[in-house]
Amino acid sequence: MGFEVGLLHYLTLASLLFTIGIFGIFLNRKNVIIILMSVELMLLAVNINFVAFSTHLNDIAGQVFTMFILTVAAAEAAIGLAILVIFFRSKGTIAVEDISTLKG
Amino acid sequence: MIEMIPDLLPSIAFYGFAFWLVISAIGVITAKNPVYSVLFLIFAFFNAAGLFVMLGAEFLAMILVIVYVGAVAVLFLFVVMMLDVDFKSLRKGSMKYVPLGLVLGGILLAELFLLLKARFGTAPMPQMVDLPEISNTQQLGLVLYTDYIFAFLVSGMILLVAMIGAIVLTHRRRPGVRRQNIADQVATKQSDAMEIRKVDVGKGIEKGI
Repeated sequence: MGFEVGLLHYLTLASLLFTIGIFGIFLNRKNVIIILMSVELMLLAVNINFVAFSTHLNDIAGQVFTMFILTVAAAEAAIGLAILVIFFRSKGTIAVEDISTLKG
Repeated sequence: MIEMIPDLLPSIAFYGFAFWLVISAIGVITAKNPVYSVLFLIFAFFNAAGLFVMLGAEFLAMILVIVYVGAVAVLFLFVVMMLDVDFKSLRKGSMKYVPLGLVLGGILLAELFLLLKARFGTAPMPQMVDLPEISNTQQLGLVLYTDYIFAFLVSGMILLVAMIGAIVLTHRRRPGVRRQNIADQVATKQSDAMEIRKVDVGKGIEKGI
């Protein structure tokens, strides 16, 4: 390995970032905003994986898929935050355990 | 020693970006104030953009800065500041599941690392020594509008649906707000707005009309 940065470095960084995202959901399991941010971190890790393999395999398709992931992530963040705002307006809280109206 | 430095530069850049990316990611999930979390998230996106540039994906790096830092992170910041939530109470009892999270995260990380090392341990990254004849943006455009045109159009539809959905969800008609009604304004006749009276000299007219 040495100092030369190879594919494994990028993959390790991406898996570290993904694990931090998962741990963030455990650490902030009541706060929906931080959970959404953890999901964004995990998507970023996936994007780093895609781009690293795109360069490694010399294939542009990985970068195209990263663009689609960015699009869907932006849409997901917008919708998620909109739902959060209307939930806060009606209930006055964003704690996860209070979002249990559908529970029988 | 001096002539080694140009060879080391990509490694130094990678480790710098990677270090600050991990540090800011940890900051996102541990910051007490969610505003700081969003700012850490913005810093993480900047570092990821630097890594994308190192990988030769300049267009995606710029998209990451524009879309994520300029739109998504600012949207998060806006919502965090708009909601009047006691974030301290949300952290109460959050340490209960931290050991479980650490164990699961450690197992996942070890599995991923061992798997990746066994499979890609010796794979070198092709260095960007000579620039390709067409730019990264041009390469993307050549396949995006031909091979991936269907997915491209569908992602446009997804964005449209998300935009309409977000507007419909958050829009509300608040009572007691005086809105401008253009149709009413245009339909007003002269007789609705004013009245012409003959006033006798020295008498005036009664108040309250």
